[in-house]
Amino acid sequence: MAKKMSQSNTSSEPLKTADGVSLKVSLNRALRRRKITALLLVTPLFLFILLTFLGPIFDMLLRSVDNKIIVQVLPKTVSQLAVWDASTGELPDEAVFKAFVEDAKIAAENKTISRVGKRLNYEKSGMSSLFRKTGRKLKKFDPDKLEISYTDLVLGYDKKWAKHETWWLIQRESGKYTSSYYYAAVDAQIGVDGVQRKPDDQRIYMKLLKRTMWLSSLITLLTIVLGYPIAYLLATLKTRTSNLLMILVLLPFWTSLLVRTSAWIALLQREGVVNDFLVTLGFIGDDGRLAMIHNQVGTVVAMTHILLPFMILPLFSVMKTISPTYVRAARSMGATSFTAFRRVYFPNTVAGIGAGGILVFILAIGYYITPALVGGTSGTLLSNFIAYHISTSLNWGLAAALGTILLMVVLVLYILYDKIVGIDNMKLG
Amino acid sequence: MPSANDILVRFENVQKSYDGEILVVKDFNLDMERGEFLTMLGPSGSGKTTCLMMLAGFEPATHGEIFLDGQPINRVPPHKRGIGMVFQNYALFPHMTVGENLSFPLEVRGMGKSEREEKVKRALDMVQLGDFANRRPGQLSGGQAQRVAVARSLVFDPEVVLMDEPLGALDKNLREQMQYEIKHIHENLEVTIMYVTHDQSEALTMSNRVAVFDDGVVQQLAPPDELYEQPTNAFVADFIGDNNRLLGTILSADGETCRVKADDGSEIIAKQINIAGVGERATLSLRPERVAVNPEPGQFDNNLQAKALELIYLGDHIRTRMEVCGHDDFIIKIPNSALHAQLSEGDNVNIGWSSNDCRALDPTD
Ligand SMILES: Nc1ncnc2c1ncn2[C@@H]1O[C@H](COP(=O)(O)OP(=O)(O)OP(=O)(O)O)[C@@H](O)[C@H]1O
Ligand SMILES: [Mg+2]
Repeated sequence: MAKKMSQSNTSSEPLKTADGVSLKVSLNRALRRRKITALLLVTPLFLFILLTFLGPIFDMLLRSVDNKIIVQVLPKTVSQLAVWDASTGELPDEAVFKAFVEDAKIAAENKTISRVGKRLNYEKSGMSSLFRKTGRKLKKFDPDKLEISYTDLVLGYDKKWAKHETWWLIQRESGKYTSSYYYAAVDAQIGVDGVQRKPDDQRIYMKLLKRTMWLSSLITLLTIVLGYPIAYLLATLKTRTSNLLMILVLLPFWTSLLVRTSAWIALLQREGVVNDFLVTLGFIGDDGRLAMIHNQVGTVVAMTHILLPFMILPLFSVMKTISPTYVRAARSMGATSFTAFRRVYFPNTVAGIGAGGILVFILAIGYYITPALVGGTSGTLLSNFIAYHISTSLNWGLAAALGTILLMVVLVLYILYDKIVGIDNMKLG
Repeated sequence: MPSANDILVRFENVQKSYDGEILVVKDFNLDMERGEFLTMLGPSGSGKTTCLMMLAGFEPATHGEIFLDGQPINRVPPHKRGIGMVFQNYALFPHMTVGENLSFPLEVRGMGKSEREEKVKRALDMVQLGDFANRRPGQLSGGQAQRVAVARSLVFDPEVVLMDEPLGALDKNLREQMQYEIKHIHENLEVTIMYVTHDQSEALTMSNRVAVFDDGVVQQLAPPDELYEQPTNAFVADFIGDNNRLLGTILSADGETCRVKADDGSEIIAKQINIAGVGERATLSLRPERVAVNPEPGQFDNNLQAKALELIYLGDHIRTRMEVCGHDDFIIKIPNSALHAQLSEGDNVNIGWSSNDCRALDPTD
C-alpha cells in the first residue's frame, strides 16, 4: 500500500477567512449544503428501493418465522397449555380443554379456526380436517347444555384429540415466532424427542438446494468457458467487426425470455430440430432419439445460453482495458504466447471472471422461468419450489424460509468472494 | 567502415503494408553496428513504430529480410529474438510488483531464484530504484515507471534494446534527465539501442547516428552534426533545426558550385549537393546563423538586399524575420553584441553568406 502522506498542519492559530469567520466553520457550512443537496438527489431512489426491495426482503424474513395465528386465535388455550408438562406423556387437564372449547367456539364463529388448522397442517397432515370438523361441531355446541366434562366432549369429536402429540404440537407452536419452517426447509422435523432428519424419501429441499448449487456452478463454469474466447475476440478485433459481434451477443437481450426458452424446446425436443438432424445424418436411430429437454440437460443448455451475456459483458469491459502491449512486452522478454497469456493476460482478467461469475451464479440460483419450462422434474431448481409454495400450496412461511436460505447462500458467497478476490477488484464496466 | 561482422541489425529492402494498398514502409535499408545508439526520427505516421515492430517480430515484413547478428529472423517468433523493448506507455504488468516485473524475463528463461534476485537487484540499482522492488507499478511516478521499464528491458542482457518514444509522457525537465540516464546506461553496458522519437533535440543529444524518416523512407542516416551541417535533401534540412529555404532555377553548374536564379530574379551561388541539372528547379537551404548583416565588401560571394520585417528579442540573439528574394519568411539570428548592427523594423540592409553554407538541394514546392 502507498504510504500515507503525513499532513503537516503546524500553525497554532486557527485559520480565518477574509471576513474573520473561522475557516473550519465556513468549510463545514459549505460541505453541509452540499451534503443536503446530495441527500435530496438520492431520496427518490432510496425510497423506491426501500419500498420495493428492502421492504419485501424484510417482510420475507419476518414471514419465515411468523407464527402469530395460534396465539391470536387460541389465546386462552395457549396460556393454559403453558403450564402443562408434555414430558409426562399424559393429556392436558380439564382447564386446557375448557379454554380450548371457549377459544375454538369463538374462532369457529369468526371462521378463523380453519386458519389454525391450516397452519398446523404444515407440521402434521390431518390437522386441517381435524380443526375444520371440530369447528363445525363446536358451532352447534351450547355450553349451557353441557353434561359431560370438556375433556370428554372434545375427545368425543375426534379420536385425534386423544393423542398426546396433537396437544404437544399446539403447545410447541404457541409462540409468536417459530423455527419450524426452517426445520422443514432443511428436511428436518421436530418430534417429541427432539429434532430429527426426515425419512429419506421425504428429504427434498436439501437435495434441491444441492442440485441448484451444482447446476448453477456448472452453468457458471460453462458461461466462463464459452464466454471467455468471445469476450477476448470482442476486445481485440477491429472496432467494426467487434461491434457486429457485440450486436450478436446483445441480440438475446432484445428477445423475450419466453421466446428464447421456447426456441430451445423447439430445438431440443424429441421431435425437434437437433434430434431430426442427428437421425437424418444417421448418428442415432429413429427410436434412439435423445432426451435433451425437460431434464437437467435442458435446464443447463437453456440457462447457459440465457446467462451468457452476463458473463461476456463484464469480461469484455475488463479485457478492453488491458493494453495489447502487455502481451507484446511479455513476448519480447522471452515468453511464449501461452506463457504470456497465462502469466500476464489471464491474471488481469480475473477481476472480470469474478464479476461475471458471481453475477451469473447469483442469477442462476434464483432462476425460475426457464427451469420451470424446460427442466422437467429432474431439472427444476429450488426457486421453482418456492414459487410452488407461494402460488399453489400457499405455505408462505416455508417459501420465505427457503428464500431466506437462498439469500444466505448468496451472502456467504459474496463474503467468500470478498475474502478471496476482494470486492474492490470486481469490475463490471 | 565497419567490418561486416560488426553489423548487428540489418534491414534489407524491407517493405511493409498493413492493408495491401498503402506502403507504410518503402524500401527500408539500414545497417546498425554493435553497440550503436541509433535513433529513428521522423514526423508522426512516418513508419517508425512499424519498423521497430518488424524488428521485434510483432509485425511481419511484407517484403525484404531483416537480419540479426547475420541470421535472417523473419521466421523467428518474438520470444526467440532476444530483443529488449521499452514501450511508450511502459507496459509494466500491473498485477506484479516491480521486482516480479523484472524477474519475469529471467523466470521464463528458467533462471534459478538466487541468480534472478541478484540480477533484479543489480538492474534496479542501475536505475537508482533499489528500494522499490516491492511496489506495484500503480504506485510509481511517471519517471520511476519509466526507469523500471528501462531496467526490465535490460535485465535479461539482450543484445538489442528497442525504445519507442520512451520519454514521450514525461515533462521537459524529467525528460532531459532521463535522456542522460539512458545515454549513460548505453555507454556503461555497451548495449545496442534502437530508439524512436519525434523530438529532434532528443535525437541529436543522445544518438551516435540518426535516421531521419519520412514517407516510409530513410531520408538521411548520419551522425547528428553531419545531419545538421550537411543535410542531403530539403526534407532533412527543414526537419532538423532552423532553416531558410529559397526556391529557384539552376542557371549553371560547375564542379562544386552552381548558380541559381531565385524567383525574384536575383542570382545566388550555392554548393551543389543534390540537384537534377541545369534548367531544373532547386531548393536552397541556409542556416540562419550563417547569414551576416552588412558584411564587408568582398567577404562573401553572395550579397543581397533584405528588409527587416520583425524582430524578436531572445536574450543572446535577436531573431529577425526578413524579406529576401521575394520570400518573407527568411530568418536570421543577429548575436546580441556591440559589434553587430542594431536593426529596427522596416530597415533595408545588406546581407551576405558564403556559397559554402548554402546548399542546393532537391526541389520542393
Ligand atoms: N496496425 C495497423 N493497422 C493499419 N495501419 C497501421 C497500423 N499501425 C500503423 N498503421 C499505419 O501505418 C503508418 C505508420 O504508423 P507508425 O505507427 O509506424 O508511425 P510512427 O512513425 O510510429 O508515428 P508516431 O510518431 O505517431 O508514433 C500510419 O499511417 C498508421 O496509420
Ligand atoms: Mg509510433
